[in-house]
Amino acid sequence: MPDFHVGPYGAYIWPAFAITAAILVWMVADSLIRAARWKAKAKAREAERARKREGKAAS
Amino acid sequence: MIAFLANPARFMAVSRWLAPLLGAAAAVLLAAGLWLGLSVPDDYQQGATVRIMFIHVPASIMAMGVYVCLGVASFFGLVFRHSLADAAAKAAAPLGAGFTVLALATGSLWGRPMWGTWWVWDARLTSVVVELLLYLGYMAIHAAIDDEAKAARAAAILALIGLVNLPIIHYSVNWWNTLHQGSSLLKTGGPGLAPVYLAPLLVMLAAYAVLFGALWLVRIRAEVWRKRAGALALAAAG
Repeated sequence: MPDFHVGPYGAYIWPAFAITAAILVWMVADSLIRAARWKAKAKAREAERARKREGKAAS
Repeated sequence: MIAFLANPARFMAVSRWLAPLLGAAAAVLLAAGLWLGLSVPDDYQQGATVRIMFIHVPASIMAMGVYVCLGVASFFGLVFRHSLADAAAKAAAPLGAGFTVLALATGSLWGRPMWGTWWVWDARLTSVVVELLLYLGYMAIHAAIDDEAKAARAAAILALIGLVNLPIIHYSVNWWNTLHQGSSLLKTGGPGLAPVYLAPLLVMLAAYAVLFGALWLVRIRAEVWRKRAGALALAAAG
């Protein structure tokens, strides 16, 4: 079972775990947001190109 | 394997299911590693601070491991001019910088109660700071040069030169008299850790490595989408 009683060392142990959590969460969030943003942009531009082609074909 | 994934279409098809799979595995390993790591008995010398080892040592190993990935991808990008290799190198750098910051910050928080100081400019700590500067320099080159091919080439050269720093980091504790303890995991004759500490450490190391694998794939995919969006914008303008 996890033991959270770390005595006076808590002032060093918990900030170390908090910094680790913060940086790992940042890594995950930044990676996912970046991928979603560029995928959305690429899809939007693909759709725009398809619309233009359809417009040209119709005219 | 590398040749198989060098095809961008094949890479996108494989990474689409592999990235979430690795992400889920990393979450399970992280939870198990934290549970095991927080359940260990206090060390007879370091007391409860031994728990910092389970987040510090994997971060330090990953900081170096990611740099190897950066170096290999840079080599393939520079020699074979493969766009996916450039994307892989560019995607690895921020993750490597993150692991290096983690190694430095958790090491400092471990050093204060054990060494009596937050920081000392000894060989191990200084060479890891140099590694962080190499990651930041690599990213700065990409941010500063508009021509992507030139930026990738210049950054790859820096990454390859920076590989020299890896043996310096690893052997710094043997070559110089440093405050940092010697290697206890990656040493000849096997790990010098009690099994009760070795098991959580290996689980956390696996968690960090698998998490990096998942995020690396996600970031390479982001690079592929970014290049595709750029190419479509150019085609629309022309």
